[in-house]
Amino acid sequence: MSELSVNHLLGIKYLNEQDIQLIFETADHFKEVINRPIKKVPSLRDITIANLFFENSTRTKLSFELAEKRLSADVINFSSAQSSVKKGETLIDTVNNILSMKVDMVVMRHPNPGAGVFLSKHIKASIVNAGDGAHEHPTQALLDSYSIREKLGDVSGKKVVIVGDILHSRVALSNIFALQLQGAEVMVCGPKTLIPKYIHELGVKVETNLTKALNWCDVANMLRVQNERMDISYFPSTREYSQQFGVTKDLLDSLDKEITIMHPGPINRGVEITSDVADSKQSIILDQVQNGVAIRMAVIYLLASKIKQ
Amino acid sequence: MSQKVLLNAKEVNIILHRLACQLIEKHNDFSNTVLIGLQPRGVFLANRIAKILEEDYNVKNIQLGQLDITFFRDDFRRGDKPLEANSTKINFLVEDKNIVFVDDVLYTGRSIRAALTAIQSFGRPNEIELLTLIDRRFSRHLPIQPDYKGRQVDVINNEKVKVNWKEQDLEDSVYLIEK
Repeated sequence: MSELSVNHLLGIKYLNEQDIQLIFETADHFKEVINRPIKKVPSLRDITIANLFFENSTRTKLSFELAEKRLSADVINFSSAQSSVKKGETLIDTVNNILSMKVDMVVMRHPNPGAGVFLSKHIKASIVNAGDGAHEHPTQALLDSYSIREKLGDVSGKKVVIVGDILHSRVALSNIFALQLQGAEVMVCGPKTLIPKYIHELGVKVETNLTKALNWCDVANMLRVQNERMDISYFPSTREYSQQFGVTKDLLDSLDKEITIMHPGPINRGVEITSDVADSKQSIILDQVQNGVAIRMAVIYLLASKIKQ
Repeated sequence: MSQKVLLNAKEVNIILHRLACQLIEKHNDFSNTVLIGLQPRGVFLANRIAKILEEDYNVKNIQLGQLDITFFRDDFRRGDKPLEANSTKINFLVEDKNIVFVDDVLYTGRSIRAALTAIQSFGRPNEIELLTLIDRRFSRHLPIQPDYKGRQVDVINNEKVKVNWKEQDLEDSVYLIEK
């Protein structure tokens, strides 16, 4: 087995195709591990990992924590709501204080794009970006591609449409990089106001008609409308949004092929997808969650193996 | 780099039959016994022994698994090369079973230590034994000894024992290679 080409996972942008394949092959092994009666391996028992969440998260934090514990790492958790960040401490000071407690790896979510890159230049620990503003969310993109590979056999040559709030989405950007690296075709679809102006320069197709987009694709990755990031109104009403960009069972049945439905969660049922679609056989939403643990175990294991004693 | 033949194909074949017979002596019809080949190279030996038991000694329904110990090793982050994982396939419960670990070479005993920990993830076996084709005597780091051994050899530290299997290496043979 070769090694990752990077010492941190800051974004998909910094990975190459071999890195992604290595992460997937390692995740295959960990997926078998987490389906054993005892779902734990002792590999990382001498590694300490700090989960620094400067922004709210439920499933990503749980998924990382579970992955770390299944690798037997020691875990400390931090969320900015209860911390000295509120008292005016800088990011570097906060992290250095935590690192002086002999932490080897930092998993960080931060509202500012580039926070992980900034930190990697100032501290020694390995850094895993668990989402930085509207920039990247690499482990989500990896688990999305891994789930496509599991369902359809291969990512290369597949057509994937990302539907919804592309403008505020770190999931969209990381997915575009990851899918293109593996040879998939990518389209984004959503209201014009929620599609970044120069996104076609990344080599993605742009479509504003959902039916056309679904007819084109093999896989539709439905994003949530991130109301909490919207400072102005980007569309007239949620009702109008769901009429134009929500996927319903009737719409899926009207297509001449069966497509796969994904969602990074949390779902707003009845907005971007209806309940019967989310719970249908075509949806791999819960597989994505299970794969998330295996992918994060693989990323942490591979990065930890580069930390020399 | 010089090399010396320790066992040729005929000798390997005789030894495999003897090991199979020794297993039958102890485990009879194998109704509560499972063979677990240790990844990567113990798997070839386990497959071969299972085949001999089934075809030549008419033992039916042998339960055969393969166990990868990579994530249980004690040298993670200690070597220059990254550890290479392989697949684990154990499609049965090992609770109360008699397990026979199968590996090609027993050297320091550290892999077996890791395997003893790894197998606990699949339940609490009744008993665990060890079958190995080559036992490198006087080189153990841990108090681990084989229950069934093909050939015991004395090898100094700068020598390596290489077991070849015709499935992968075109011939059955065991070489002593001087590094």
